[in-house]
Amino acid sequence: MRGSAETQPSETVLDALDLQLLNRLQDGFPICDRPYRAVAREFTIEEDELIARVQRLLDANILTRFGPMFHAERMGGGLTLAAMAVPEDDFERVALLVNSLPEVAHNYARDHAFNMWFVIATEDRDEVAAIVKKIQALTGYPVYNLPKIEEFYVGLRFAV
Amino acid sequence: MSAYDLLCDNVMPLAECDRRLVELTQAGLPLVAQPYHELARKMGISADEVMLRLQRMQEKGVIRRIAALPNLYKLGYRASGMTVWNVPDEKVSKLGEQIGGLDFVSHCYHRPRHLPLWPYNLFAMVHGASHDEVDEHIAAIDHLLGEDNLGSDVLYSTRILKKTGLRNRARE
Repeated sequence: MRGSAETQPSETVLDALDLQLLNRLQDGFPICDRPYRAVAREFTIEEDELIARVQRLLDANILTRFGPMFHAERMGGGLTLAAMAVPEDDFERVALLVNSLPEVAHNYARDHAFNMWFVIATEDRDEVAAIVKKIQALTGYPVYNLPKIEEFYVGLRFAV
Repeated sequence: MSAYDLLCDNVMPLAECDRRLVELTQAGLPLVAQPYHELARKMGISADEVMLRLQRMQEKGVIRRIAALPNLYKLGYRASGMTVWNVPDEKVSKLGEQIGGLDFVSHCYHRPRHLPLWPYNLFAMVHGASHDEVDEHIAAIDHLLGEDNLGSDVLYSTRILKKTGLRNRARE
């Protein structure tokens, strides 16, 4: 129940129902005529209140997103995680080059010899290899491609 | 091919139908009483067709589920470590299932090694209130793996260099 314990004055205060909804809404949302009403009934609240609370949680950035969670690879797209070991004095130049590619979705600096980690997302599965090569050519450093071989769990539910 | 495939096809090709649904819901599901009806109006097809297509995409796994994605940082999980493990290949599936099922792990994947520099074949994102708490979780994973833990490391992000999400793709 860290949600309430660590809330600071400037942040949105979460009540018990918010926390229950956060857990419930991670479980999946129905596909029916009035899905908000269906979930609202589980909590004996009105449909309008559920919608307002979801809106508030989104506005407060407690929820990053609410909607269908797409599986990129099953839509035909390519997706991989890649890592590079970049010398510190060349890091900013390489970051700019890597970030300049629209196929690079996010990129993080990490505290390791492999200090740059990014996700490559492409329209077609076959494009990933070409992007890896392109980044190597652009930057002059090896790119370690770490595509997932098997997926065990993907943030479908996280108790709050 | 079932009847509703043909229904959707009257208006636009199926692939296009699904693609439009992806585009229209990239930012999220409409926050109105009848969100699927709203999507249907935008696409010029019936709400029943929208619901059937979404159902079908969910069955095929194109949609994992329709759900909320919480911001773990905002919920007090201030430390997130990318933990990486070297485990025997023949056991990685079994061990991955176990680690992925832990309640402080949000993502868990089997990925290739790049020897000799990168010996790790199992990745697990571990979340805690602090680095100390993440360390406790790492100790729990180490305990779970026992002698199958041939080596591990944890990488913390120090800076976000780029964050666009995957939604750019659909706009291209």
